[in-house]
Amino acid sequence: MPKVLVDWLYVAVFAVAGAVMAALPLVVVWLLAPRADLPQKTLTYESGVVPFGQAWAQFNVRYYLFALVFVIFDVEVIYLYPWAVVFRQLGALAFVEMLLFLLILIVGLAYAWRKGALEWV
Amino acid sequence: MAWVIEALKAVGLTVAVFTFLAVVGAMLGVYLERKISGWIQARLGPKHVGPQGLLQTVADTVKLLQKEHITPRHADVLIFNAAPVVVAVAALLDWVVIPFGTLGDRVLVVRDLNIGVLYFAAMASLTVLGILSGGWASNNKYALLGALRSASQMVSYEIPLALGIIWVALAAGTLSTVGIVEAQVRQGGWFLVRLPDPVGWWGAPLGLLAALTFLAAATAEVNRVPFDLPEAESELIAGYFAEYTGMRFALFQLGEYGEMFAMAALASVLFFGGWAEPRLQPWMWVGVALAALAVAVVIVATGRARNLVVRPLLILSLLGAALAAVMAWGVGAGRTPVLPSVAWFAIKLFALVFFLMWMRWTYPRLRLDQLLALSWKVLIPVGLANLLVTGLVLTVAGR
Repeated sequence: MPKVLVDWLYVAVFAVAGAVMAALPLVVVWLLAPRADLPQKTLTYESGVVPFGQAWAQFNVRYYLFALVFVIFDVEVIYLYPWAVVFRQLGALAFVEMLLFLLILIVGLAYAWRKGALEWV
Repeated sequence: MAWVIEALKAVGLTVAVFTFLAVVGAMLGVYLERKISGWIQARLGPKHVGPQGLLQTVADTVKLLQKEHITPRHADVLIFNAAPVVVAVAALLDWVVIPFGTLGDRVLVVRDLNIGVLYFAAMASLTVLGILSGGWASNNKYALLGALRSASQMVSYEIPLALGIIWVALAAGTLSTVGIVEAQVRQGGWFLVRLPDPVGWWGAPLGLLAALTFLAAATAEVNRVPFDLPEAESELIAGYFAEYTGMRFALFQLGEYGEMFAMAALASVLFFGGWAEPRLQPWMWVGVALAALAVAVVIVATGRARNLVVRPLLILSLLGAALAAVMAWGVGAGRTPVLPSVAWFAIKLFALVFFLMWMRWTYPRLRLDQLLALSWKVLIPVGLANLLVTGLVLTVAGR
């Protein structure tokens, strides 16, 4: 069995066994804890006032803007990982190439900054 | 049938790591947090359950196990119930690549993945899924706002966090956590203060800057003060877990503590040499011991020993003096390594965790716009510039 498969077998087992163990206390609670149904108890909490309307309403569009900028930079960061690993073996050329790549992205960040996409108004 | 044996080994390791997380992360971590918080606020903290209140967390767990689960009427039941488990499992998955120390020639790590730190960053960001789904499924305005704040904060700080990790990968030439520690052992210094030869100790400012970026981003990733806006209790009533009760609430807390300990462990691996023992001359250890002792003497001599606020500092300086004295004696007698590697890992881990707890009671909470500005306008440009300068330095010096 190749080593890489064994590696991910461990990760998979961790995820499944971890989920079972994290859910275990919930089972204990289901067995032990009291249950009493009162209509007031399952009401949404809103600082003691009877809640009005749903919470699934409109929210500030700014959150979405930041998520968009994040996606761009996250993809960039993924490209940086392999570059960093082999950097010392490739020498000056690798540095110049990454400099060009980063410069384009820095221009993008400066543009977003200038346009006010990074402001929270 | 080799894979069955491997799977059984993996199950055993899962149980071990989960127990470690529950005992060290949740039990001891919560106890320390409450005790240190108490002292810094001139209170005593937990004191009555067990010696010095040590069993307080156990008593709390027993209490939580007997609490009723309340699912709000308007909540999305399936997502609402699954979210705490997702957060706890995400925190657990981080620990796959954290090396705890060495035993003979073997490194005590669940699995030394070749993409270790990238895997860590990916798993750490899974937490946001649990938080966002939990906050959304609650159908509560506070919870939704907290979850959205948390999501925008975590995605904003993921990039400086990754830039800090990439800086280390650049210096070490590998993504494996074990490889990173070994690279620091090879060059004879932490990445915090030293770059590979021929740059050597001249790399200290770059390393300090990278560590600072990483630690600030890591604090924000685990939602701790001064970046605790998602759960700001005074404005959002605990934010995304406002509707959670009993054990499900505790699972969120367990995930958060597991994540905090994992971040501290990763920081110690990346910048503080992981399990490796620092190599100093005996006279340097004596100097460290005397400096720590001087702090303790000043505290006692000025009559502040009974002041609860400085008590953590007094305890820490005495512990540090004792550690440095043992090291000075051990190195002087030529019995290196003096302490087992697991002990060094634990010392570095708890020192960083204490640092996070100390910060909690030192800085006020940021505003959301300040928080996002810090990430996008300070940490990301600084992180990128640091990466470029380090690349340039390594390229020029490597000629």
